[in-house]
Amino acid sequence: MKISEIATVLEAEILCGEEHLERKIISACGSDMMSDVLAFVKQDAILLTGLVNPQVIRTAEMMDIMTIAFVRGKKCGEDIIELAKERGMVLIRSPLTMYTACGRLYASGLRGEDHGT
Amino acid sequence: MAHSEQSMKVSYTVLPDDFMRAGEASGALKKLLKELGFPSDTVRRCAIATYEGEMNMVIHAQGGVVEAIITPDTIELELRDTGPGISDIELAMTEGYSTASDAVRDIGFGAGMGLPNIQKYSDRMSLTSEVGVGTTLRMTIRSG
Ligand SMILES: Nc1ncnc2c1ncn2[C@@H]1O[C@H](COP(=O)(O)OP(=O)(O)O)[C@@H](O)[C@H]1O
Ligand SMILES: [Mg+2]
Repeated sequence: MKISEIATVLEAEILCGEEHLERKIISACGSDMMSDVLAFVKQDAILLTGLVNPQVIRTAEMMDIMTIAFVRGKKCGEDIIELAKERGMVLIRSPLTMYTACGRLYASGLRGEDHGT
Repeated sequence: MAHSEQSMKVSYTVLPDDFMRAGEASGALKKLLKELGFPSDTVRRCAIATYEGEMNMVIHAQGGVVEAIITPDTIELELRDTGPGISDIELAMTEGYSTASDAVRDIGFGAGMGLPNIQKYSDRMSLTSEVGVGTTLRMTIRSG
């Protein structure tokens, strides 16, 4: 799925990385615990999270995750957007809850790493 | 890094209580390893293990030092701090064990999975600590 399609499904606004919306995403992970995110390597993944802080960007960086969706419409500071920009990441913000956001993406065909293929 | 005799040593300082910059050392190391041409799996394992260790130094100690000795086929990492130390290493290594505060949990850490993650991503790890003196975490990551 392209990031642009994901943004549509999640009714999300783009916070940064407009130039990368054609990138393909093949898996997803939804978590507010960064060590859980760090525990399983995903390929071309999007991270959905209700947390908004610099550690979310750092965690994604270590995992080579280039796309992050903040759920529940959480406000995101300029310092965090700047960190993401420097790393060529795409940040989007969805008004949906974590449950609904994950459900919609799953129903659209985007699977988690534990699904097999 | 074409010859096996080649080795390179880098070190980074990790500041205490700076959650904006926590992860900078791991990020810088990751960038360097990538530039040196290590496979992405090696780079990622190193980055994750170092990042968990770096976060521990910020959360549980007062910052510290990250040192890496890089050769073409292995990365040796040493993370040293002069924090409170760990009295029961085996307990600290247990999945889910954490002494982190609620404030730390609120930023997404404190699941007690850091040290287990480090063990998972490194080929060898050793944790030595003395209460009141500090903690040293050593890890080896073999490339390829
Ligand atoms: N550098 C350190 N200095 C002091 N205590 C530490 C250090 N690293 C880890 N610990 C102790 O080990 C526990 C487990 O660490 P870890 O597995 O990373 O989980 P977490 O950081 O989520 O608590 C910590 O809660 C803390 O009590
Ligand atoms: Mg930890």
